[in-house]
Amino acid sequence: MSDSPELNEESVRAAVAAALAAVAAADDSAALKDVRAQHLGEHSPLARLNGQLRSVPNDQKATLGKLVGAARGQVNQAFAAKEAEISAAEERAQLAAEAVDVTAVAVPGRVGARHPLSLIQEKVSDIFIGMGWEIAEGPELENEWFNFDALNFDEDHPARAMQDTFFVEPVDSHLVLRTHTSPVQVRSLLERELPVYIVAPGRVFRTDEIDATHLPVFSQIEGLAVDKGLTMAHLRGTLEHFARVMFGDEAKIRLRPNYFPFTEPSAELDVWHPSAKGGARWIEWGGCGMINANVLRAAGVDPEVYTGFAFGMGLERTLQFRNELSDMRDFLEGDLRFSHAFGMVV
Amino acid sequence: MRVPLSWLAEYVDLLPGSTPEDVHAALVKVGLEEEAIHRFELSGPIVVGQVLEFVEEPQSNGKTIRWCQVDVGEANGGVRGIVCGAHNFAPGDKVVVTLPGAVLPGPFPIAARKTYGHVSDGMIASGRELGLNDEHAGILVLSTLGLDPEVGSDAITLLGLDDAAVEVNVTPDRGYAFSIRGIAREYAHATGAAFRDPVSQVDADALADGFPLVISDDAPVRGNVGASVFVARAVEGVDATRPTPPWLAARLRLAGIRSLSLPVDITNYVMLEFGQPIHGYDLDKLSGGITVRRAQPGEKLTTLDGVERELHPEDLLITDDSGAIGLAGVMGGAETEMSGTTTRVLVEAANFDPVSIARTARRHKLPSEASRRFERGVDPAVAEAAAARVVQLLERLAGGHAVPLGARIHNEVAPQPIALAEGYVARLIGVDYGEAEVERTLTAIGADVAKTDAGFSVTPPSWRPDLIDAATLAEEVARVGGYDRIPSVIPVAPPGRGLTREQQLRRQAAWALAGSGLTEVVAMPFVTAAQNNAFGSPTGEPVPAVKLANALDARVPFLRTSLLPGLLDIAQRNLSRGLTDLAIYELGLVFRPVAGVRYGVDGLPIGNARPDEATLAALNASIPPQPRYAAGLFLGNASPKQPGHAAVAAGLSDALAAVRTLGASVGVEIHVRQGAHASLHPGRTAELFVQTAGGEENVGYAGELLPALAAELDLPRVVAVFEADLGKLIAASPEQLEVAPISSFPAATQDLSLVVPRDLPAADVLRAVVEGAGALLEHAQLVDDYRGQGVPADAKSLTFALRFRAADRTLTAAEASEAKLDGAALAGERFGATVRE
Repeated sequence: MSDSPELNEESVRAAVAAALAAVAAADDSAALKDVRAQHLGEHSPLARLNGQLRSVPNDQKATLGKLVGAARGQVNQAFAAKEAEISAAEERAQLAAEAVDVTAVAVPGRVGARHPLSLIQEKVSDIFIGMGWEIAEGPELENEWFNFDALNFDEDHPARAMQDTFFVEPVDSHLVLRTHTSPVQVRSLLERELPVYIVAPGRVFRTDEIDATHLPVFSQIEGLAVDKGLTMAHLRGTLEHFARVMFGDEAKIRLRPNYFPFTEPSAELDVWHPSAKGGARWIEWGGCGMINANVLRAAGVDPEVYTGFAFGMGLERTLQFRNELSDMRDFLEGDLRFSHAFGMVV
Repeated sequence: MRVPLSWLAEYVDLLPGSTPEDVHAALVKVGLEEEAIHRFELSGPIVVGQVLEFVEEPQSNGKTIRWCQVDVGEANGGVRGIVCGAHNFAPGDKVVVTLPGAVLPGPFPIAARKTYGHVSDGMIASGRELGLNDEHAGILVLSTLGLDPEVGSDAITLLGLDDAAVEVNVTPDRGYAFSIRGIAREYAHATGAAFRDPVSQVDADALADGFPLVISDDAPVRGNVGASVFVARAVEGVDATRPTPPWLAARLRLAGIRSLSLPVDITNYVMLEFGQPIHGYDLDKLSGGITVRRAQPGEKLTTLDGVERELHPEDLLITDDSGAIGLAGVMGGAETEMSGTTTRVLVEAANFDPVSIARTARRHKLPSEASRRFERGVDPAVAEAAAARVVQLLERLAGGHAVPLGARIHNEVAPQPIALAEGYVARLIGVDYGEAEVERTLTAIGADVAKTDAGFSVTPPSWRPDLIDAATLAEEVARVGGYDRIPSVIPVAPPGRGLTREQQLRRQAAWALAGSGLTEVVAMPFVTAAQNNAFGSPTGEPVPAVKLANALDARVPFLRTSLLPGLLDIAQRNLSRGLTDLAIYELGLVFRPVAGVRYGVDGLPIGNARPDEATLAALNASIPPQPRYAAGLFLGNASPKQPGHAAVAAGLSDALAAVRTLGASVGVEIHVRQGAHASLHPGRTAELFVQTAGGEENVGYAGELLPALAAELDLPRVVAVFEADLGKLIAASPEQLEVAPISSFPAATQDLSLVVPRDLPAADVLRAVVEGAGALLEHAQLVDDYRGQGVPADAKSLTFALRFRAADRTLTAAEASEAKLDGAALAGERFGATVRE
């Protein structure tokens, strides 16, 4: 250590000055690293001056020790400040360098979509689940008894011939593709404990040629309530609630007398669609009525004790006027653009 | 049913100023749905003109035109020059002149125009041009209609062309509304206007007998004799060549029925007015009397439409001594039909069994105005009056006179009274109708209402066979009273249980697949046998399938046994529309009859009683299983080329990823092993299976389509698909999971590379490692499959990343290594795997 200056106030001050100058001059982390080696390391001037404390006379030890300690503290502090400053600057530079056009970042993979018919089935089901009703289901290929006889369609009744039914070979096997979701009424009454409050969404089939307003395969939702004391007023209340949830608080319904074999009295259901394209108007929505006593009897329910109501509507049709769809064929063509027009919300 | 308003107004007072729309609205209120409004689409000035003189002028095109001077009355400009191409008129004839400004149906606007060297100041019209009838051989000469109106008067009102008809849809229970009589009654119910029954305006009791008539039904359909009422009346001296008066022709036209000849028009007119189908025979063509009977085997009849029909023993016939002369209630025969030379007419007004008529009309594909009415029920009490009305019109319009020859059989059973308990209507409808309103309404619809101790005894009118129980009477009270009086009450259901577990999991599956980037589609379930065989079983052998008897498209008569044919169709359609990157899925029912099982039932139980348990079980067993499948299809790019990101082609990995998501969405792990499927790539087919209490169960397949099949379908070479039985997946999903506590001690991670035979499935090695490593192994993932230098040619090196953790302590590296080597040891034992250092 022969080249080390003598430890005194002056030599300490010089070493501090040199160190501070070097810290100030450093402008990146590499330079700062050199500064650390030269001015803070074990061979740095301050370190060596510090080393001389051991040989300093005892009466000066306290003074010089304090002097060197303060000097090292001052340099360390300057160094730490500089280090933070450079680190922040370098981080800033790196962030700047890493910037990308977020509108051009690769987003791998796909975005999926649900089919609107599934979405509306779920939506409608949830409305009724909210009222304490349950969801019932039945087969699409059905025995004629459930599709017709049990629903009070006599084998020779004109209404039975009007249903445009798909029959299965051999025809005398009495199997049909269900023409409506109404067979689920009978199945539910046979299988469940009374009272019964269910809705049954599902696919139905009619021998209609495909065009913009007809499909041979379409969807309905059926509602059925059988309990003691149910009246047509309960039917209206249920449908009105349903319509409001579907079409907004302004929606209302209208019942017009009609005929269905499985209800008596029967009604056609119109809904007042407040936000229909081209202005609010009445739209034919479905059919409904009080369950015919023969249907209750077919399911072993005593019509003297229980009454009930039922309703049904087409889901494609509901979507058609709710979402302004012009061509029914879109439901079955599977064009990606159709499902994606809805995405996951209907 | 189309209802001309002038006709309706004869039997009920229309509210003053009623438009067709108003009449519609009134009828809708009582349950007659509006269909359309029909008008003669013309507007004036259309007036009566008199031809004063004309000059015939031959033209270079070979035609001769007449240059006419026609007086159309002072108010319409006096005498006008009009060019006319027809020749069926003479000076002095009164004709219909459409003046400039008029519009004829077409629309065909009339203007003064230059033609054949003259300015034609209007047009002389034919019956067809006016829309009145089909007559277009010449212009309409009014004297041929028996008309001699004032020159210059309005021809539109003269001919009844100012009338309009409302069309309503008549529901199958209301046969009586297929008549002006019925609609007038309904209008009266809707508005309170006074109804005048047309039945009361004829003398229905005129005596006529002596015509031999027998009803002989030895094979009643469902126990009902084919004819319950038969009225025959003879009219002589009929001039069948007389023109149909314009008011009658106009009404028929508006009602949608063509004017044919006066006698036929009259029978149609009365059918529309009374709802009673009428048949008129040329009495001179009948041989002897009439017998109503069922057809004999092999018997034939040529109907009015000229078609010779092979008859069925269930067909009800009108016969004379020569044999069949009519298909009762459906269509008459050609032999005895009225013609221009007919002078003696036998009028038939009968009531036939609805079921018998419906079956015959269906069997011969011959829906007629008559059969439509009989199927729905004709008022059995109206036959005499309707026959009398025909006689009356044949006398008034066709120069005929009634003769006392005729016959009458009336076996109709009177309607039975229905007990209507006090308060029943209010209890069913939810409106507090007083008993007075109930009584008043039922009386108004024509019922006899008698008070009883318990309420009322109600005998429905003869024209309402649909009124059969208290509920049908309640509907009458409700609809006549107005459905808008029914209040709104929300019923309180007992507490519900929400979706069933299966319904919930199905929804989750659908959402999970959509969430992982697939698009849900819905396909038609109709396929070919080849499509079912290709995807209904992995072997490609013919699979049992349900065939439709009346498929819309004969090329696809089968119900699907797999969802994949539908997805492939949809893929083709999207590709053809330029959508080339597809990831689609469907959840839906398939139809899987089991080989050797005979489905269906021989007969059906009656509809209005609960079948016994055995019958119900048979009904339920009669339909083939219809499991719910989930299937997906991928082609094109899974991820498109983007900046700094190469396109990723879709393939088997997409299908397997979707399968994994599908399983997770319903709480079950779907395992994969090398599989074989006749329609899938032999080296790229995965069999899907789940672990159940009963062992491994196949749940479906995933793979890439056989490239040759893809080419055949015009699809790209790589089409990845999967299909799984969603019902089986859900069944395999544990109802309630038991979950081990989560350890918070540190994990130890180690890699393990094992050299194994090349053809050994990695999943087998992994399973051995997992089993061998024991409880400390928390997670294992295959991270590399290396083949090449340092590994024997018939081997591969599989590297697994393993994560170890103990439940109760910090694991040492030695413990982890020991567990790892235990795993390697088991793989070694099973497959000869060696650890690669």
